[in-house]
Amino acid sequence: MKLPGKALVLVTAIALFATASPAAEIRIGVAEALTGPVAKYGVPIRNGFALAAEEINAKGGIKGNKIELIIEDEQGKKEEAINVFKKFIFKDRTLAIFGPTLSNSAFAADPIANAQKTIVFGTSNTAEGITAIGPYVFRNSIAEADILPKVVGVAKKKLGLKKVAILYGNDDSFTKSGYDVFKRVVEQEKLQVLTTETFAKGDIDFSAQLTKIKNLNPDAIICSALVEEAANIILQARKLGMPERIRFIGGNGFNSAKLMEIAGKAAEGSISGSPWFLDDPSAKNQEFVRTYTAKFSIPPDQFAAQAYDALYIMAEGIKAAKLSGNLEKDRTALRNALAKVKNFKGVGGLFSFNENRDAAQKGRVLIIKKGKFSLYAE
Amino acid sequence: MEPETAFSAIGEDLICIGRVTVFLQQFANALALGSVYALFAIGFTLIFGVLEIITLAHGTIFMVGAFAGLLAVTKLHLGLGPAILTAMLAAGTLGWVIDLVAVRPLRKRSFHHLAPMIATIGCATFITSIAQGLFGAEAYRFPFDFVPATSYTLGPVQLTLLQLIIIAISFAFMVIIIVLLHKTKWGKAVRAVAENRRTAALLGIPVDRVYQITSFTAGALGGAAGILTGINFNTIHAFMGGPMLHRGIAVVILGGMGDIRGALLGGLILGFSEIMSVAYISSDFRDAVSFGLLFLILLLKPAGIFGRTGERKV
Repeated sequence: MKLPGKALVLVTAIALFATASPAAEIRIGVAEALTGPVAKYGVPIRNGFALAAEEINAKGGIKGNKIELIIEDEQGKKEEAINVFKKFIFKDRTLAIFGPTLSNSAFAADPIANAQKTIVFGTSNTAEGITAIGPYVFRNSIAEADILPKVVGVAKKKLGLKKVAILYGNDDSFTKSGYDVFKRVVEQEKLQVLTTETFAKGDIDFSAQLTKIKNLNPDAIICSALVEEAANIILQARKLGMPERIRFIGGNGFNSAKLMEIAGKAAEGSISGSPWFLDDPSAKNQEFVRTYTAKFSIPPDQFAAQAYDALYIMAEGIKAAKLSGNLEKDRTALRNALAKVKNFKGVGGLFSFNENRDAAQKGRVLIIKKGKFSLYAE
Repeated sequence: MEPETAFSAIGEDLICIGRVTVFLQQFANALALGSVYALFAIGFTLIFGVLEIITLAHGTIFMVGAFAGLLAVTKLHLGLGPAILTAMLAAGTLGWVIDLVAVRPLRKRSFHHLAPMIATIGCATFITSIAQGLFGAEAYRFPFDFVPATSYTLGPVQLTLLQLIIIAISFAFMVIIIVLLHKTKWGKAVRAVAENRRTAALLGIPVDRVYQITSFTAGALGGAAGILTGINFNTIHAFMGGPMLHRGIAVVILGGMGDIRGALLGGLILGFSEIMSVAYISSDFRDAVSFGLLFLILLLKPAGIFGRTGERKV
């Protein structure tokens, strides 16, 4: 696992020297977790960037200037992220930085970039407060807190929801925070909560909770769980004779093909939200999925798609900025240009930054139909 | 009677019927969960009764049984019956090997309870690491419709075919073990060894072989529990033995160490307290309630339900 990351750095480094020409290169640092347990997110992100850079350079770069990605492994650790950021800012003197993979690391490393007036653009940080770190911090990842209200709102309108049951894992920070958002949204939407049930990490038997819920006869079950638990919950619910009209509504945990893989037909009709989905029929997305799959022999995921779009968004900013060759001035010029990017058409739909440099879009509501995610509401 | 009150009386009746229905469904859920706990705990208690050790590798044996069953189905395309047999054979063999490699040498020398127990922890860690190396940390599952997803509606209760199979198999094995122990020569030998190892040896009972057969049988029962859990709850992974081991220890202590009936009853009690605490108290307190209940029972009967100090029953 260690080798490809380093090899890539080497290759880019060689490319850097080899192509050194009078035309200015645009150096951008990519700090992602390429080894360790977080690599399952970091590697698709790196792939997304690599594909976008290749495409942009093949078309002659930005105003004739090629993009040079300098890719470093931050291992999903705060300390490493800080080291890599310092290297990018002071040694490589990059124009901007993408990353890091985890919100946790972003809280540690982003302040350094911000203090040096260098753009840091997160594509996978969903925690609240990331962009509040400072005016040089951007992101195109959408927080659960932004998507879930829309998901519940759409489901309420389309299905006429009145009463719901909630089921969530109460000993995991991710599923618990998903529950907190759901709880707030359900109150705002004035839905009646018949019961709130919990389970613990590692639980495999959900029959008691589901039997209780089934008897209360809700219109839907709101479920904040990781994908494997979510799939087993849905499967066990149907086995207990839970009618199909009782839909499952989920958070980020539902956004995985594993849900259908594990739950099969039982997953049909389940509703969730995401900025991007594999089966999005738009020509731009289909082209992206095809080239990505051909290049990396694995279909892209949400993280790859967001990274892919992020580099194109950055390119929009660079196109609009007046670059002088003075790095400090250029970083600030780019920051001001990037903040103005509006209505960019990416694989994840139309994108704009809001006044806080967060994604202005609220994501799309998806429903599982015939074993695939399809659009329920834009 | 006024019409309005008549209606509300009907309403109350309906609510009452609803409550009974839910109770019966939860009863069925608890029976299925408790049977697996009992099946797991019987092997556990059998080893304790005969070998006088708590084998902390029993959770790992459970996991190996589940994986062996999975491979039998996915690679060899066996049906449910042969797959269960494969799981039992693999887990039983593992139980026997653990006894041979880790427990027997210690038994041959000075026999202290703690040493073999620590040795079984070592075995458990070792085997779990191997499983993790082979299969990774992710969860596996049996193919769809490996056991037809038929649901039977018994009055108001829905039971899947699989739940029925689990309950039937668990009880069948328990009966078989009890009959074997009390009606056969082998059972007599096992009970003699459990009673007093030295006297049994003097009487010409092959003590070592009794140990081996017991270890194999206990392992096989753990393996059966493993594959049934794997199919029913759709999750098989390298660490699945851990939570089961904790519950198994609780069940065995609750029922009375070394007592088969105790393991059966203890397993059912734990299954019922887990399910009913979710159903009627709160899922937040599932473990707190069920283990609190165990604690209460132990306060009243410190040696467990069937346990009597000074005497061991297998």
